[in-house]
Amino acid sequence: MSFSIDQILRGDIPRVERPPAADPSLVPVRLRVNGQDHDLQLEPRVSLLDALREFIGLTGTKKGCNQGACGACTVLVEGERVNSCLTFAIMHQGKDITTIEGLGTPDALHPLQAAFIEHDGYQCGYCTPGQICSAVAMLKEVEHGDASHVTSDLMATDVQLTDEEIRERMSGNVCRCGAYLGIVDSIRAVYEQQKGQ
Amino acid sequence: MRAFTYTQATDASAALHAALQNPEAKYIGGGTNLVDLMREEVERPNEVIDINALPFSQIEVLPDGGVRLGALARNSHTANHPLVRQRYPVLAQAMLSAASPQLRNLATNAGNLLQRTRCYYFYDTTAPCNKRQPGSGCAAIHGVNRIHAILGTSEQCIATHPSDMAVALAALEAVVQVQGANGTRRIAMEEFHRLPGDHPEQDTTLGRDELITSIDLPALPSTANSLYFKVRERPSFAFALVSVAAVLELEGEQIKNVRLALGGVAHKPWRARTAEEALLGKPATAENFRQAAEAELQTAIAYEHNAFKIELAKRTIVRALLTLAERQLLA
Repeated sequence: MSFSIDQILRGDIPRVERPPAADPSLVPVRLRVNGQDHDLQLEPRVSLLDALREFIGLTGTKKGCNQGACGACTVLVEGERVNSCLTFAIMHQGKDITTIEGLGTPDALHPLQAAFIEHDGYQCGYCTPGQICSAVAMLKEVEHGDASHVTSDLMATDVQLTDEEIRERMSGNVCRCGAYLGIVDSIRAVYEQQKGQ
Repeated sequence: MRAFTYTQATDASAALHAALQNPEAKYIGGGTNLVDLMREEVERPNEVIDINALPFSQIEVLPDGGVRLGALARNSHTANHPLVRQRYPVLAQAMLSAASPQLRNLATNAGNLLQRTRCYYFYDTTAPCNKRQPGSGCAAIHGVNRIHAILGTSEQCIATHPSDMAVALAALEAVVQVQGANGTRRIAMEEFHRLPGDHPEQDTTLGRDELITSIDLPALPSTANSLYFKVRERPSFAFALVSVAAVLELEGEQIKNVRLALGGVAHKPWRARTAEEALLGKPATAENFRQAAEAELQTAIAYEHNAFKIELAKRTIVRALLTLAERQLLA
């Protein structure tokens, strides 16, 4: 396999998964996802993302780049946002894992799901579950007083969630349709709604 | 990805024992770099030893007034810890400028130091790379080398170390605490990462039989002023082209104390001692900053696509120091 310089400069390098070994050694793995225990037989090399999608059948979480660059696979582990593609499922036994399916249902949408619909926070929708899981955790980080790279005063514990802050804090989630204006609007709306309460 | 067996270590001696027994084993902390490297088959361990249950997650004040960062504390928790935000702004800024929030939530402090280069040829298993496969050659020297090193390179390797955190730690003169089969030892940050020389496959001086337990930050004078200035292709979620970690302490307009480290320019965080020595005792002026930067970059070597980094590094040093000087003179 070789690539042209053009391909490399574009970042357009095909990433190939080798076929799994012929004799997979399966081990029992128990995952608690959206409050429900799942007893699985997995190879240790199965990522949390593949365990959710391929073994539990929760396909809301998406596989985009499979290398931690796009954020489509974002889920919450113990309430914190992580890239489920860059971690092995077997490392997350005994932890509370929340996926998009655990945040809301079509009849009872999470406020961020409702806001994404109202503010056109997506076009194709592929990045949306990751965007929403990420935003849920991001708003908790703000409530907790966490700083970001654009927070000018590191001593301040009261974060003002400006649009610049939203963009920086959501930079781990890429949207190839470019729905960023709607995404920022959706998150700002929920932030203001929560602040008003 | 090659199949592997999974071992969960419950304490440091069990982890060390497991690694000593199997030379093909790898420790896993956050996994943000290792899982990716395994998927690309750059790393092919047949055993992965999970060390997340080890008791190295604390962030605490040391008796000498310094701060101990646990090896397994997550980058996000470390950057946002009040002790780090208040006492070591250069470190908080460096860590918050790195990667994405999702990655920082997984990534550990020790893992941050041990991450591998993002040289494209190191990742491409069809290309020659002395770091990945000693003796195979270097595709970067005559290849696409815009992101590569300008200082301390060798004919074997021109890769850069990708960490932002490590650059701030170099400026802070942090000490890496290590536990091995024969006890503990301390490694000064400046000695922790290596220049490539004839052994680019060795990123650090950490032994195979050693585990990082913490990274210790010495106490800084309360008057010390610090910042991290990172220049990159886009303003978020990108590696540094050039970065500067700077600590400055003035007495009147004279420079009483200065520490500078550069990122994105070398195989290790580049402690700019030549510039520091040129600045000590001098007035904090733009002209002196520029002269010190010129002196530091005198040994820089450009490759086909990265000559811009030499001027960029100089200007970034001047900008970082001017910002700190103005801040202190105004205070």
